[in-house]
Amino acid sequence: MSVNELFMITPSPVLSGLIWLVLAIATLYLARDTAHKAIHVVTHGLHNALRIGARGLNRVQGRLSERNREVLLAAGREAKERIIEREFDRVGDAVQKDLAGYPALSRDLDEAITRIDEDHQQAVEVPPDPPGWVKAVEAVAKIEDRGDPMVSNILGEIHKSLLKAHKQALEQYRLVSHERHEHLRSMMPQWRSIKKTLGTVNKAVDSLLQRSRAIDRHMQDYEEIVKGTDRAVQLLSSSSLVQLFVSALVLAVAVGGAAINFTLIARPMAEMVGGTSFIAGFRTADIAALVIIMVEISMGLFLMESLRITRLFPVIGALPDKVRVRMIWITLFILTLLASVEAGLAYMRELLLQDELATSALLRGGDGGVLTGSHLWITTAAQMGMGFILPFALVFVAIPLETFVHSLRTALGVLGIALVRALALAMRVLGNLFHHTGLLLQRGYDLLIFMPLWMEERMERKARRSTDAESDTDDFGEVAS
Amino acid sequence: MNRLLIAFSLVLVLGGCEQSAPRNVGAYLLLDTSGTYSEQLDKAANVITYTLSELGPSDSFAVARIDTGSFSEKDIIAKVTFDDRPSTVNSQKRQFNERVQRYVKVVRPAANTDITGGLLQAIEYLDEKAPGRKVIFIFSDLKEDLLEGYVRDLDLPLDGFEVVALNVTKLRTDNIDPREYLGRLEEWRARVEAGGGSWRVINDLDRLENLLES
Repeated sequence: MSVNELFMITPSPVLSGLIWLVLAIATLYLARDTAHKAIHVVTHGLHNALRIGARGLNRVQGRLSERNREVLLAAGREAKERIIEREFDRVGDAVQKDLAGYPALSRDLDEAITRIDEDHQQAVEVPPDPPGWVKAVEAVAKIEDRGDPMVSNILGEIHKSLLKAHKQALEQYRLVSHERHEHLRSMMPQWRSIKKTLGTVNKAVDSLLQRSRAIDRHMQDYEEIVKGTDRAVQLLSSSSLVQLFVSALVLAVAVGGAAINFTLIARPMAEMVGGTSFIAGFRTADIAALVIIMVEISMGLFLMESLRITRLFPVIGALPDKVRVRMIWITLFILTLLASVEAGLAYMRELLLQDELATSALLRGGDGGVLTGSHLWITTAAQMGMGFILPFALVFVAIPLETFVHSLRTALGVLGIALVRALALAMRVLGNLFHHTGLLLQRGYDLLIFMPLWMEERMERKARRSTDAESDTDDFGEVAS
Repeated sequence: MNRLLIAFSLVLVLGGCEQSAPRNVGAYLLLDTSGTYSEQLDKAANVITYTLSELGPSDSFAVARIDTGSFSEKDIIAKVTFDDRPSTVNSQKRQFNERVQRYVKVVRPAANTDITGGLLQAIEYLDEKAPGRKVIFIFSDLKEDLLEGYVRDLDLPLDGFEVVALNVTKLRTDNIDPREYLGRLEEWRARVEAGGGSWRVINDLDRLENLLES
């Protein structure tokens, strides 16, 4: 029995259609309550599940935020501690350098001041002693001159002696004044020396004051980090993202350098390990070249760790100084060895290239002689130089790598929070969508059976009206009676 | 993280232990020295030098002539399996080229053309070398001319071989009836493909870059 035959209840397709329509509407009308409940259960269930999921994700986001905050603050605290430690080291160095000689400086100052004092004492103007015979002169001067030539002569002699004594006293005074001036002049270098010494002290103190101000500033930041204020978190977060981008950029440059390094040594490496053997689908020569570069980078990391420039491996940083210094020399030695090997390989590469070019020229019909030229040594030297220098340049990869690793942790946390938040939002939106879809489906269902619903409503209204009329009649009867 | 590292190391170690298929190339060039075709040998020398420049460490290359009875080691003019080290490869290429150039200068035309015998010799040589890729070049007009008594109507075991016909020149009779030329090419194609090999024809020797393309 085909579908058509099943459909055709009567010979007339229109009549059959109408019968089916009536039957369908009747069925839908009868199943209305059940269908509404089913729609409600499904959509409400989905709505609730998604809401619970969103709430769970919000909790996860909260935990992630908290964790990220802790990580950020811990990293910031560590970085700040390092900076403050460094500042204190600098202050210590400055104190040791500038103020270590303070006792000697103080002694110099004391000596200079004593010398100045002595000079000053010697430079004091001593009033000349009044001559003892002044009174005698006064007495003689009071003798009356009665035209006695004897007296006149005596007075003349006294006058002469007085002039002579006066002249001598004046000369003596000048001599003493000159000596005093000499003393005062000899004080000038002492003054200058004191001024210079005090200037040096002033400079050192100024530098210390500057350092102390910087330490104060860092300490304020540190306190904020320790308190875990929002401002500190915000600053650390933005600083971390900037560091991530900058370190990624520097790492990209380093990868470029490593690629050039690889090109320099991969070809001649085939001479050492063979050109046709493969490990896991990769040429052994390429792997060997890569391993050399990786070993160089590892040595660089260890060197930086031993120098305490980076702190990726706390074990190395915690080593005793003697072992650490030994490690510095060993890593440096291995690096130099590898750099020399690379320089040799770069030279070999040039030789191989020349040989290959000569062979190609021969096969193309040329003379096939070894290529010679005055400029060839430049490329050879450049390649060798690059082969030697690049391993040392790669040592500094450790610094951006450390920054990248630390800031990546924060950046990943921020990214994770954003993702979880977006997911929670999407789930909430989807939950609401299901809720409203359920309502829409119920309304749509009712729309399909609007006719019987309309009839039901009419009948209900009619029944209500007749019930109201009956109750009104009863009330009226009761009132009348 | 640790698990990831262990998994990575395991993959690397297992990958390293895995017996990887050889990636080297084995090439065998058959030179038709019969009749007037021997005049084309200068072109063959170019093909040989080009092939030499394309081959690398661990590859094998042999050049053999097609004459009356070509199923013989004596017909191999020069053969080489290049060393693993690139520096040695260059000197091997030079020596090989010298040998071939010397032969091209003193070659004498052969009376008959035993292409099938040459192919069998090539198959034997390359099977023995077992390279990752086996290529046989036939520098010939593909007109087989066997001496009476030589039996060559046998199947060619060419499974995994690439056969490349080079510089298939037209004979005077081909000009009269091109069907002969086309029929000859078709016959060889059918024979090679029946043996399990692939077939290509390159007549434009100015575009040799397609010579070793897979």
